[in-house]
Amino acid sequence: MKLPVYLGLLDEAEDTLAKSFRVVAHGHGEEPDVHFLLETLARQCDSHRQALRPVIERYGEETEGEEEHRLTANGIQEVRSGPLALLLDLQDLYVLVSHLDVTWMMVGQAAKGSRDGQLLDVVTRCEGDADLQLRWLRTRMKQAAPQALLVAE
Amino acid sequence: MVDRIADIWGARTPYARGGQWPGRVDMALQAGVDAGDVDEWVQSACVLCSNGCGCEIAVKDGRMVGIRGRASDRVNHGRLGPKGLFGSWQGVQHQDRLTRPLIRENGRLVETDWDTAMGRIVARSKELLASKGPLSHGFYTSGQLFLEEYYALGIIGKAGIGTPHMDGNTRLCTATAAASLKESFGADGQPGSYTDIDECDAVFLYGHNMAETQTVLWSRILDRLSGPNTPRLVCVDPRDTEVARAADVHLPLRPGTNLALMNGLIRELFVNGWIDREYIDAHTLNSGQLRSVVDRWTPELVAEVCGVAASDVRRAAAIFGTSERVLSTVLQGFYQSAHATASACQVNNLHLLRGQLGRPGCGILQMNGQPTAQNNRECGADGDLPGFRNWENPEHVKELARIWNVDPAVIPDWSPPTHAMQIFRYAEQGSIGFLWISATNPAVSMPQLSRIRDILRKESLFLVVQDIYLSETAQYADVVLPCAGWGEKTGTFTNVDRTVHLSEKAVEPPGEARSDLDIFLDYARRMDFRDKDGGPLLDWNAPEDGFEAWKRCTRGRPCDYTGLSYEKLRGGSGLQWPCNDEHPYGTERLYSDGDFPTDAAYCESFGHDLLTGATVGSIRYKASVESGKAWFKALDYTPPHEEPDKEYPFRYTTGRTVYHFHTRTKTGRTKPLNDAAPEPWLEVSAEDAEKLGVSEGDKVRVASRRGRLELPVRVGNIRPGSVFAPFHYGYWDVAGPDDGGRPRAANELTLTEWDPVSKQPVFKNAAVSIEKSPGKEPE
Repeated sequence: MKLPVYLGLLDEAEDTLAKSFRVVAHGHGEEPDVHFLLETLARQCDSHRQALRPVIERYGEETEGEEEHRLTANGIQEVRSGPLALLLDLQDLYVLVSHLDVTWMMVGQAAKGSRDGQLLDVVTRCEGDADLQLRWLRTRMKQAAPQALLVAE
Repeated sequence: MVDRIADIWGARTPYARGGQWPGRVDMALQAGVDAGDVDEWVQSACVLCSNGCGCEIAVKDGRMVGIRGRASDRVNHGRLGPKGLFGSWQGVQHQDRLTRPLIRENGRLVETDWDTAMGRIVARSKELLASKGPLSHGFYTSGQLFLEEYYALGIIGKAGIGTPHMDGNTRLCTATAAASLKESFGADGQPGSYTDIDECDAVFLYGHNMAETQTVLWSRILDRLSGPNTPRLVCVDPRDTEVARAADVHLPLRPGTNLALMNGLIRELFVNGWIDREYIDAHTLNSGQLRSVVDRWTPELVAEVCGVAASDVRRAAAIFGTSERVLSTVLQGFYQSAHATASACQVNNLHLLRGQLGRPGCGILQMNGQPTAQNNRECGADGDLPGFRNWENPEHVKELARIWNVDPAVIPDWSPPTHAMQIFRYAEQGSIGFLWISATNPAVSMPQLSRIRDILRKESLFLVVQDIYLSETAQYADVVLPCAGWGEKTGTFTNVDRTVHLSEKAVEPPGEARSDLDIFLDYARRMDFRDKDGGPLLDWNAPEDGFEAWKRCTRGRPCDYTGLSYEKLRGGSGLQWPCNDEHPYGTERLYSDGDFPTDAAYCESFGHDLLTGATVGSIRYKASVESGKAWFKALDYTPPHEEPDKEYPFRYTTGRTVYHFHTRTKTGRTKPLNDAAPEPWLEVSAEDAEKLGVSEGDKVRVASRRGRLELPVRVGNIRPGSVFAPFHYGYWDVAGPDDGGRPRAANELTLTEWDPVSKQPVFKNAAVSIEKSPGKEPE
């Protein structure tokens, strides 16, 4: 039964993402849409962790081996500077959210397989947010890319 | 004669439901001129608010000397408001008019000739296009130009240069109206008609102080209110306005909490069964999602969050839910607040839930703030593609390329249109090096003014400003182009309820001033923009050529102009689009058949997520759309981003006064209007005034995290904890902060933040502190 390991990974990934959202939000305060929206998305991550808590309590926290299983690094510790900074930081976030997105998918599969109604309910409520986060990041990067790659100095 | 400065709405002409609004011709003539002395009356429509009142300009000896309303016009039946009467011809004939082009030499603006001025513009433009490409160029225009001018600019930007960096100050006033219509119905286009006022049983005004912003439209409501079988009135506004005083229910909610109230009203409709299930099933999608989003918004929760009485929420909902015919109007109180698009969509949703659309008296007026804002949205001088085409639909882009005979690759469809705030951000960062501003004044009208001033004075930015006066913005320009104003050029424009008017040239512009259209065409010629076959991209010689070109661009689109012509617009009344072979005299209401323009091949937008602004995209849209059905779009409420705290304990909101328009470039130059409202003020509740130890007329210092103001206090008429300042006042007639003057522009304090979908800045909610100004009167 390795589901508890994945629940731990999921919880940690949400935590990492929330922190990374806040780092980028703080570091790009000059881009108000990015700033305010990433704050909102960070709160989404917080609420996902909140929703996961009873499930994790039920399965018990099995953290053994988490370190070696972890797929992503420690998230974003600080923002970059220069004309490409925003684009690169958003792209880093995109990688983090993608990782989370498929993690939710896999945990959801396990929830279905084990007919765990409580977990399935959590997955149903939360997994759409990762997809939305990806869509927003794509929308914003699509807007920023031509200017940053072609004109900015 | 009635004093129309004091008596803003004039004498009542009562009428009953279903009746014809009686005519009343309002007129103002220059002192000493009688109607009999007038050489000629020239047809036009007023440009001092978004109402679009049909009028005639009196001309004597080659000068404009007066104005009167056109009794035959469907919009105003002869009436004019105080701004039209006292600020129209007077507002453009002031001695301050720019009469020659100006260029910056050794840091100072000096007069020059057109060749030199245009030569400088074209040289810089070509140089930047060669070195950095089209994304180095931005265009920021207005809600004041004519249709033909926007369309010319749209073609220049999108097919000549190929930049997505085009927007109008319509972003500040009407972007949310457009966005909410696109999200709900698939395309822009006002569903309702002003005649819905004649037919309705209830009117809801959401964040819309109509009594001051569209005085003639308010007269129409007042006349219904003073006739038999009066409509019931509901007002959503934190201030105790004239509208609020006339209302059956006034909901004086806290600024920033509109969405909570709207979710509560929607919920009441569901729980009381005030919905039309048959209509919902036949004509809409996503009612289940709407129901679940509003589920927690009981009247009690609304009361707690919004600071209004739960019983009033119930009463308002009951009026909406049980009146036979409901009309809703929405303006800046919603558009310039938190959750702008989501709140405006909830107004659409209320109507969809009851099938209150497309029938007499049942309408939505997602208002515009400006007379020609609609045309900017239609013609593509803002971010959108002309003719309500969808930038994410390759077929629409190809169609435009065919119409313009250009390579589709030139048209910037690969990116969402760049909104105004982002254009200024790129200028701030230096990647936009050429910015052309026409007929608008961001140095007063944009949020966080100290930042805007820093951007405008940047060395890396070549700034062209085209205006009739040397505005605060023009003072930062590298080249200033003097243009013809209203009455000095010919063109068409379209008001809130899709009524198209022709405004004819009455007199010559002063000095060497030229029409905006002539200036754009001159730029296109000098830039040598060409189509695929080597012909000139813009071969128009006169405004009517532009109108005919525009008609071709609109064929088959929601804003179909093909049935209109200058000739048809002369005499009689303005006509409402769509106007084509099928509807030769226009169309009073949209969506009478419940058929919405949501088909994937036809719609203007695939929509957005209301929380983030993420685009839905064509694949997801096509997978979920049922062609012809409208969308219920909903979002849960979250508190605004800047809430009052210990340091900044008051909620600050901004708005308008009846006597001024925009940044007073015209209205501040006419004596009756300026005398009526010579100075800005801070409106404070009696309770707060007492706490602060200030009384009427005392000067206070108001500060936010972004700047400060010094203003005299006006006591009353606002909910405690909130304060209000009018946004019109800048520094062209007094010393500004750069010159050691007292800061007085309301936008010194506002926040740089915008709605994620409409990108409209949030002017209506900031946290401020207030203290009594120390000691003696400032100079």
